[in-house]
Amino acid sequence: MTKYLHVLSIGVQNTLVYRLNFLFRAAFGLVPLMGTLYVWRAIYAGKADGAQIGAYTLSGMVSYYLLVNFVDALTAVAEDDWQIAADIKDGNISQFLLKPIDYLAYRLCLYLSGRAIYTSVALVPVAVFTYFLRADFTWPTDAGTAGLFLLSVLMAGLIQFFLAYTLALLAFWVLDVSTFIFIQFAFEYLASGHLFPLDLLPAWLAQMLKLTPYPYLCWFPVSVYLGRVTGPELWTGLAIQAAWVAAGYALARHVWARGIRKYSAVGG
Amino acid sequence: MKTLARYLSLYAAMWRNSVTREMSFKLNFVLWIVVELLWFALQLVFMSVLYSHTDSIAGWSKWEVVMLVGCANFIQQLFTAFFLTNLTDISEHIRTGKLDFMLLLPVNTRFLVSLRKVDLGSYINSACALAVMAYAAWRLDFTPTAVQAAGFAVMALAGLTVHYSLMFLLVTTSFWTVRAQGVVYGYYNLFNIARLPDSAFPRGAFKAFFTFGLPMLLVSNVPVKVLLGKLGSPWELALLAGMAGACLGVSELVWRWSLRHYTSASS
Repeated sequence: MTKYLHVLSIGVQNTLVYRLNFLFRAAFGLVPLMGTLYVWRAIYAGKADGAQIGAYTLSGMVSYYLLVNFVDALTAVAEDDWQIAADIKDGNISQFLLKPIDYLAYRLCLYLSGRAIYTSVALVPVAVFTYFLRADFTWPTDAGTAGLFLLSVLMAGLIQFFLAYTLALLAFWVLDVSTFIFIQFAFEYLASGHLFPLDLLPAWLAQMLKLTPYPYLCWFPVSVYLGRVTGPELWTGLAIQAAWVAAGYALARHVWARGIRKYSAVGG
Repeated sequence: MKTLARYLSLYAAMWRNSVTREMSFKLNFVLWIVVELLWFALQLVFMSVLYSHTDSIAGWSKWEVVMLVGCANFIQQLFTAFFLTNLTDISEHIRTGKLDFMLLLPVNTRFLVSLRKVDLGSYINSACALAVMAYAAWRLDFTPTAVQAAGFAVMALAGLTVHYSLMFLLVTTSFWTVRAQGVVYGYYNLFNIARLPDSAFPRGAFKAFFTFGLPMLLVSNVPVKVLLGKLGSPWELALLAGMAGACLGVSELVWRWSLRHYTSASS
């Protein structure tokens, strides 16, 4: 176990080097968010006071996007997928096959430490931004909701990681995985509720999307926070999310096992 | 005239090189087009979801906004086709010392570093963006006059100049910072607001900055407004043209100044 603690600490040290880069990234990332929020304000301005769109008031909508931004900072994969693909292509994983260290656990540690540093840096601009929008920002109704939200974010992060990990493992078979990563990301951007709340889609389409893991990456945790899913729906949602975590883990292990059989340690 | 002919033949040679290079990875070439088209489709989906809940956003109807998104994408794809990879490569040229060789060649160095490679897929993507604009025009039951079309072309060119000059200016900073990756990422975020209707933004620091500082709210809004006859005042044309000229001028000054202080990295 201690060896993974070492990996965590190395990960923290490595990513700390990029703290200024992270700060810029988080600050620049607020520009499109502001643009989107202005457009939503313009839409609500054209409607009666207190009007709702897809059961969101203006405050609800603003909070939704702020929370998406927050969940994104906590869970998004930054460089992990590129690095994994590069490790495979350059033959760097050979050393992990020889050492008593599990590559998946190793990458997970790096991902967690990277996210911890990114979030703590990104929190500065995000908190300033949220402060300006505090009038429209809602706080969770009670501590229980906040706790379940964090649990849900943690599971979202794990699904996100397993997804990126599995996709990067395609590098065992293809030369360039970047196009696959971008195509997947485009789907994720829409289907996870990143672009807009899924409640705005026609009901049948939203229902269909909820059969995929995507809504559990972003839309579901945010809805938990906003108190939009409650009661039995909340518990089944969390159970489904946990099931996706397990499925993601199983898939990652399976693809790795298949890939390693094909691996020929080029260059390593 | 002779210089122009010489530069045109140089550019033709770079074109041939790029075609050869890209065609050696055919599948990748097609996949990148798919990636870009998917992101374009995503923006259109976003707008159509917005318009399924409202009829107008700050005075823009659905198909007008589709035209705007199409135009923003058209300009962005042209920018990618001509400049993007070249500009991101500049910091690499500086880091590896390759820039020294380019400085020695008997051509304008800015021409060389800006236009060396051509991104073929982006031509196809910009054609797709034009097709979406044409479809939106058909849905609007609108046929532009020759003057409107010419105005659109000139203003789109001004928009392209703004993107090119600003990005060029940003990568010139890599003379000092060496890594320009963050710059590219940052600029991509700015493309995002270029496709939103400018009238949705209330007067204030945000709008002022993205109009008079980094004129993102002009680059695709003004061309579409000329085309559709939606201009608030003819001054908007002068503003975009002026900003394009100013951005180009500043980027040239900073480039020359940087070169004068360039001491080479390695080699």
